Amino acid sequence: MLEEIGKTEEGDLIINIGPQHPSTHGVLHLVITLNGETVKKVEPHLGYIHRSIEKMSESLSYRQFIYATSRMDYLSSHINNHGCALCVEQGLEVEIPERAQVIRVLMGELTRIASHVLWWGALAMDVGAITPFFHAFRERELLNDLMEETCGARLTMNYMVPGGVMFDLHPNFQRRVHEFISMFKSKIGEYDELVTNNAIFINRMKGVGYISREDAISYGCSGPVARASGVSCDIRKLYPYDIYGKVQLEEVLDDGGDCYARYIVRMKEMQQSLSVIEQLIDNIPSGDHMAKTKAVLKLPKGEYYSRVETARGEFGVYIVSEGKMTPYRIKYRSPGFSNLSAIDHMARGQKIGDLVAIMGSLDLVIPDIDR
Amino acid sequence: MALFLEFVIAGLLCIGLFAILGLVLVLMERKVSAYMQIRLGPNRVGPKGALQTLADTLKLLSKEGLTPRGADRFLFNLAPFVAMIGTMLLLAPIPFAKGFQLWDINIGVLYISAVSSLAVISILLAGWASNNKYSLLGAMRSGAQIVSYELSAGLSIIAIVVLTGSLSISDIIASQADGWWIFKGHLPVWIAFVTFIIAVTAETNRAPFDLAEAESELTAGFHTEYSGMKFALFFLAEYINIFIVCAIGAILFFGGWMPFHIGNWEGFNRIMDYIPSSVWFFGKTFFLIFVIMWFRWTFPRLRIDQLLNLEWKYLLPISMVNVLLITLVAILGWHF
Amino acid sequence: MTSEALKTAITALLPEAAFEDGREWLNVRIEAKDWKAFAERLRYQPGLDFDYLFCLTCVDWPAHMDMVYHLTSTVHRHTVVVKAKLEREDPAIDTVCDIWRTAEFHEREVYDLFGVRFNDHPDLRRLLLTDDWKGWPLRKDYEDPVNMIKL
Repeated sequence: MLEEIGKTEEGDLIINIGPQHPSTHGVLHLVITLNGETVKKVEPHLGYIHRSIEKMSESLSYRQFIYATSRMDYLSSHINNHGCALCVEQGLEVEIPERAQVIRVLMGELTRIASHVLWWGALAMDVGAITPFFHAFRERELLNDLMEETCGARLTMNYMVPGGVMFDLHPNFQRRVHEFISMFKSKIGEYDELVTNNAIFINRMKGVGYISREDAISYGCSGPVARASGVSCDIRKLYPYDIYGKVQLEEVLDDGGDCYARYIVRMKEMQQSLSVIEQLIDNIPSGDHMAKTKAVLKLPKGEYYSRVETARGEFGVYIVSEGKMTPYRIKYRSPGFSNLSAIDHMARGQKIGDLVAIMGSLDLVIPDIDR
Repeated sequence: MALFLEFVIAGLLCIGLFAILGLVLVLMERKVSAYMQIRLGPNRVGPKGALQTLADTLKLLSKEGLTPRGADRFLFNLAPFVAMIGTMLLLAPIPFAKGFQLWDINIGVLYISAVSSLAVISILLAGWASNNKYSLLGAMRSGAQIVSYELSAGLSIIAIVVLTGSLSISDIIASQADGWWIFKGHLPVWIAFVTFIIAVTAETNRAPFDLAEAESELTAGFHTEYSGMKFALFFLAEYINIFIVCAIGAILFFGGWMPFHIGNWEGFNRIMDYIPSSVWFFGKTFFLIFVIMWFRWTFPRLRIDQLLNLEWKYLLPISMVNVLLITLVAILGWHF
Repeated sequence: MTSEALKTAITALLPEAAFEDGREWLNVRIEAKDWKAFAERLRYQPGLDFDYLFCLTCVDWPAHMDMVYHLTSTVHRHTVVVKAKLEREDPAIDTVCDIWRTAEFHEREVYDLFGVRFNDHPDLRRLLLTDDWKGWPLRKDYEDPVNMIKL
């Protein structure tokens, strides 16, 4: 019966994972060639959620295009907004008030925790444990609530604008962050008990989806994926923006290169983010939350590039300006796109269950890949 | 005529039990998972959501049972019934209370081992006939898995058979009148019990061994293409299977309907006898079911090669050595 | 390496290379035909070691197209931006996906949206759009009367 459909000449099965599939977390479409249970080839087919944000941004003003970027990597929308704001600010040459810088970094790190927590639950679900997902959402909910108070949104924040942040912090902000910190610290041990130290989980992760340091660099991997292969690439550390240069932050590196290393790196990054938040939360300087900018922004003719570290890796914004109200060309360098390109390399020769674990460990967000 | 009437009554009881158990177990699973996942679970239909599964059944009944165009129609529609019939046959030798047993066959344990192997046929049928690559992969996984784990399950059953000296279920229960095997049998019985629980979890395709379904890998594995009542039959069969294997576990290791007795403490034993035997049986069975559900909502899934490694490299050698140990214990009379 | 030192090193590699004043990084403008050999030298020459291609894109100008490559070195931490001018009619340039593996996907994306052909690319197909899509959407003269809303 299966003869006529989906077989290669060698008799391998060709299977579509996605675009509707429980473990692709969106509309990713992987065409995989299977020999029994062994994956021989993975071919990503993208574009199911391609909205051509780059083309749209060419007809939006410098204030407007930032909102589109919240819809790219929706799990770290604060950081995407941050990258765009930084890029526009390069051309505006305004001094960003320190309060705004601190707020941006705080929000960025809270977003990173929220994103990593969700990833933790989703990864556990990919390898078959459903319970951690709900526990992850319990913590994420707190973060969403406290962001909602300040930004008015829970997912697409649109809070950071050229010159600073859109509104000042909500009066409850500090108290709720403190509450979150104390709650999260007790929960992170629970995470280890439930998942990290589980023998089945370790077996599913160790030695799976290995990528060497050289390959990680060559594939343009960034973020936790590259750092788990020992590539030092944390933009916050290498090219500090806003006040990242002044806070104590350790770059988490691991040389395992496999799914387990990526898991450990992200778990430790949550701790690092927590420490950054602790350093800043009681020291938010007073002052303006936004620098004075003109009503209509125009960037001088030229090219601008800014890079920020999102929860998934290096996010780059490349603006070519002709001195008009709208950018001439915008290119978003999304971390997920490059990380995904390595999936074939990682998954070859592994089992189909491993492919799912690898997808989970890459922390793919499909709108970020398709843009 | 009387025989015929008996047949009808027994059949109706079986089907009724089948349906009620299905409803109860599905609700229990949802409540247990909700408890572990800091949720409330079903709580709208009926008191505390008790009628939720009934509503779900009605929904499934009214849904269209699709047959994919490329499927082998006959086998595709046959598979869920094979699954259900195989499971129903297993209800026959199980004593639900003292003297309440449909068929006290003298090779009861052997019968159960034999008939429970039928489950794999329905899964293979479903996977093959669906003409879906996910289903096929799921079915093949399931085939490899059930055939492997049956060995360990069988060997751990043999451990108790060696101690009892009988294949008949009523004899096995009677032999535990002075204490359950789990207490009388020392370490070897504990090993047998642990292997048994692992093996039957795998045999019923439950997480962490749910590779045949493996939601995150194969969407729904062997029953990807099933919908409506045909899907419900698979679903039901899975839960009844859990009930049956847990009942067998309770019979072999915890004495079935036998109350908690300690050696010759007459007074204590008599007090225990006041608790009805059916309560003992269902209490033990549902405790084991809870344990198996607990596994499901805690552990990640194994990979197929790890699953087979676990069986062939660890469980099977251990249970083989364990059978020798048990034989030694039985011959030397070291058990209580 | 500082910008000045990079400038000298690159001039030694490719005397025709022209330099533009970039805001942050050194901008090098080269001919499309020199790109492949130049890229190999950038990647493998000791002291340069540009091993990380973090951004690859194209800009459509009224008269020509620019391929823009952002390269950095994870060893020396210096960055360079390489630009190559292409014809608007049938733009083509050599692929670099054998030097930087990430280029394979990025080049497919550029092919998809700009129609730039990459010579010797192992698998040059549309990546984001459907296979039967007509036209190159990110070009400035692209018109789609159905899906594009003009304000």
